[in-house]
Amino acid sequence: MSDTTATATPDGSRVSKVSESVIRIAGDSQDGIQAIGGFLARLAGRSEQDVMTFMTIPSTISGGASIFQVRIGSGEVLSAGDEADVLLCFYNHSYANHISSLKRGGIVLYDSDHVSPDDEELLGTYRHVGVPISSLTVEAIGGTGRDKGKNIYALGLIARMFDLNVPKLTKLIEERFGGKDPSVLKNALDCFNGGYGHQIQGLIESFQFEHADHSGIPQVVMSGNEALAYGIIAAGVRFGAGYPITPWSEVMELLRRELPKYGGTFVQTEDEIAAISMALGGSYGGRVAVTGSSGPGISLKTEALGWASMAEMPIVIIDVQRGGPSTGMPTNQEQSDLNIACFGGHGDSPRVVLAPSSVEDCFYTAIEAVNIARKFSTPVIILSDQAIATRIEAFACPDLQKVCQDISPDFTPVADHKPYDLTAPDGVTRHIAPGTRVASGKYPVATGLEHDELGHPTGSGKLHTQMNAKRRNKLRKLGRELPVPKIYGATEGHVLLVGWGSSKGPIEEAVKLGRLQGEAVSALHIKYLNPLPNDLEKLFSGFTHVVVCEINDEGLYGHGQLASLLRSRYCDPRIQSVTKTDGLPWKIKEILTRALSLTK
Amino acid sequence: MSTIAIPNEILPRTGVAATLPVPAPLADADRKPLTKKETAADHPTWCPGCGDFSVLALYYKLIEKRKIQHEKITTVAGIGCSSRFPYFVQAHGAHFIHGRALAFASGVSLSRPDLHVFVFGGDGDAFSIGGNHFTHTARKNIKLTYVVMDNFVYGLTKKQTSPTSPLGFKSKTDVLGSTDRPINPMKQAISAGATFVGRSTATNVNHLLKLMEAAMDHDGFSFIECLSECIEFYPGAFDAAIPRKGGTFPEIPAEHDVTDEYAAYKLTDAPWPGMFGTFYKVNRPTKNANEAKLIGDARAKLAGVADWQILQKNFDRMK
Repeated sequence: MSDTTATATPDGSRVSKVSESVIRIAGDSQDGIQAIGGFLARLAGRSEQDVMTFMTIPSTISGGASIFQVRIGSGEVLSAGDEADVLLCFYNHSYANHISSLKRGGIVLYDSDHVSPDDEELLGTYRHVGVPISSLTVEAIGGTGRDKGKNIYALGLIARMFDLNVPKLTKLIEERFGGKDPSVLKNALDCFNGGYGHQIQGLIESFQFEHADHSGIPQVVMSGNEALAYGIIAAGVRFGAGYPITPWSEVMELLRRELPKYGGTFVQTEDEIAAISMALGGSYGGRVAVTGSSGPGISLKTEALGWASMAEMPIVIIDVQRGGPSTGMPTNQEQSDLNIACFGGHGDSPRVVLAPSSVEDCFYTAIEAVNIARKFSTPVIILSDQAIATRIEAFACPDLQKVCQDISPDFTPVADHKPYDLTAPDGVTRHIAPGTRVASGKYPVATGLEHDELGHPTGSGKLHTQMNAKRRNKLRKLGRELPVPKIYGATEGHVLLVGWGSSKGPIEEAVKLGRLQGEAVSALHIKYLNPLPNDLEKLFSGFTHVVVCEINDEGLYGHGQLASLLRSRYCDPRIQSVTKTDGLPWKIKEILTRALSLTK
Repeated sequence: MSTIAIPNEILPRTGVAATLPVPAPLADADRKPLTKKETAADHPTWCPGCGDFSVLALYYKLIEKRKIQHEKITTVAGIGCSSRFPYFVQAHGAHFIHGRALAFASGVSLSRPDLHVFVFGGDGDAFSIGGNHFTHTARKNIKLTYVVMDNFVYGLTKKQTSPTSPLGFKSKTDVLGSTDRPINPMKQAISAGATFVGRSTATNVNHLLKLMEAAMDHDGFSFIECLSECIEFYPGAFDAAIPRKGGTFPEIPAEHDVTDEYAAYKLTDAPWPGMFGTFYKVNRPTKNANEAKLIGDARAKLAGVADWQILQKNFDRMK
């Protein structure tokens, strides 16, 4: 907690003003700890505070240890935080595994029915506050003998500790449980009020968030997966197909539920290959369609992706990356699909790759991906990842009336049409949707065979060369249109940290921390990964070292996947990388320490 | 605050064609049926004597007879000799990847219910690499017509065993004769839930045309296995079904109840060359209809509400 100012209250306990706080909740996945975190994140969103969450989910089928971390701030919050200010733990194993994530002097609030701290050293390092949460929950809801609802009881305790806005929280609880059996809502409110009203023994300090100074634009609170799916809808996509796989499934579940409201359909297919094939059929029908998956499913889709490159069929493919290769680490974060996204598949098959950097960016990136696919008649891959998919953030509610777009097909008859026209001045292919009349009576074929301008097969080496150039050059054209990213911090210095995807927040915090420590460090975030925007080399030239921070393996030659791409693009030996594959997001200190040690 | 660097814009149609005046299109009622000359595109690349020629000729005939216009047809295929079909037809077409034509065509059918979607392919495409899609397209009863030109051999790759090659068939991958039990496409289709299942041969053109018409008129997934001889790698394969070559063409008796699944299943076990005609035909809601109902129900509550307002409602709940 930073910037604390304390005032004493009559009963001797202190109330401290804080600008931000990191709360980690540790328990088992069936305890509803995500719900506590979700309520806190929502409340922060409604209070115009910044919020970011981080969660781990066990990949076991039911149960297993799980954590949910919420960082709430009255100023800018870029990551979920390295260390917790408050740790709430339900079991001995939660206590044992997470006590070290707490700041020295931080508060550990534990369920004394299950947790019995006895380590003298730990007791001396952290402020221990025990509350018999389980038995008090049973008491609060009238002694049914079950402690279901202890998460809401704990939420009440936290609400008291942080002097949270009780009417707002109560409203959130009502919204969440109101649609169910009235007894469910009553129990939830009883639990919450029980926790809030509990006089916590031994707590000598409580906290108040400083007033957040936002612009007054109402915020929405959602996860990265939700933002992607809603972005796809806002972009005007009305057809898609997918196959369930963690952590992508949530996107397809939402599209399956929501698209019919807009006159659209999302199909759950028999396999990953059918999913991309069906989506390509939808795109061929005249309106860009969507599919998606996670690592293993993306591998399966690559042949059809090659068809999309060859036939120049627009499509958006979402890859919510997880730990690989093979089945890998399904519920952990990794950024190791950059290579397959940029290069996966046989032959030369150009495609576009973009990576959103935050939950808000997921929403806008989805729209941009659709627009690029349409304008350049190309497959576009969105590289999200497990961390961004599951984390919750608050962001300014988009101006939906402005943002929502119509991408209905154009069936205006044409005199004649060659989709793969080699003389098109901008070099970009245009398809006409089936249903479009062609006066000349010559109809095109969308094909995966090398073809002539009408889409009919050819064995001509000359045409293959020309068509390869056409497919490549249109993406070079896109590269020239892309905005050049801006450096975060000074444009000259010792180290430029380069990142992509969900690492943006932690990397920029590492810059802040580094500057405080007197290091000449800046950061550059690359959103458009294939093609790369122009002029990156000019940005690199202001620094002695360029260090790419990415969550993947350093590979045979000692460079992460983006670092390898940049090295091959710019032939610049100053480009190095720090990589890791521990399945967790970057810690701020970790980035800074490792990047600086590389450049000393 | 995130921004969108590439706005929603579509490049204007370009090239010589874009500058040509488009003649005022005739109203559908005034358009003449397409002749074979107007429907034919590239000259087929098949070997002389290939059974697929007659399937193609019948497709032209079907288009003419049923007065379907170019732009209302979509011809989709995967990979194989017969899958070259879309190039030979003057209509919107797609030549997709090996085995996945049905999945692609399902996307066209579900997103564009106004089109006639025809899928053509071979036995390898349908029952080996595409086996999973065959099962699920049938199960979902997606509205489209699938004609499999079954020649019992891989022709494009020059004589390897196919999933329908009979036991003992000698190929480059089974020099001593195939030992794997062949698939019975009729059985496969009925048990997977196809709602129209028929069988014919490329040589009996009247029979095949009638079957193709019935398949096209069927509201659901209609499947035809058409025995189509590979003159190069399996000549004489279907002589037993060709009367002028001394064979017989056993037609399914008129009294067969096409809605009786068990009776249809029994017919599939008839000894070689098997039975010809409609084995099974039932009306079951299509996936197209089911999805349309979901959409209709969802939209009924949203009459007059713009798309952005529907989304706004969701976002308001997340505030």
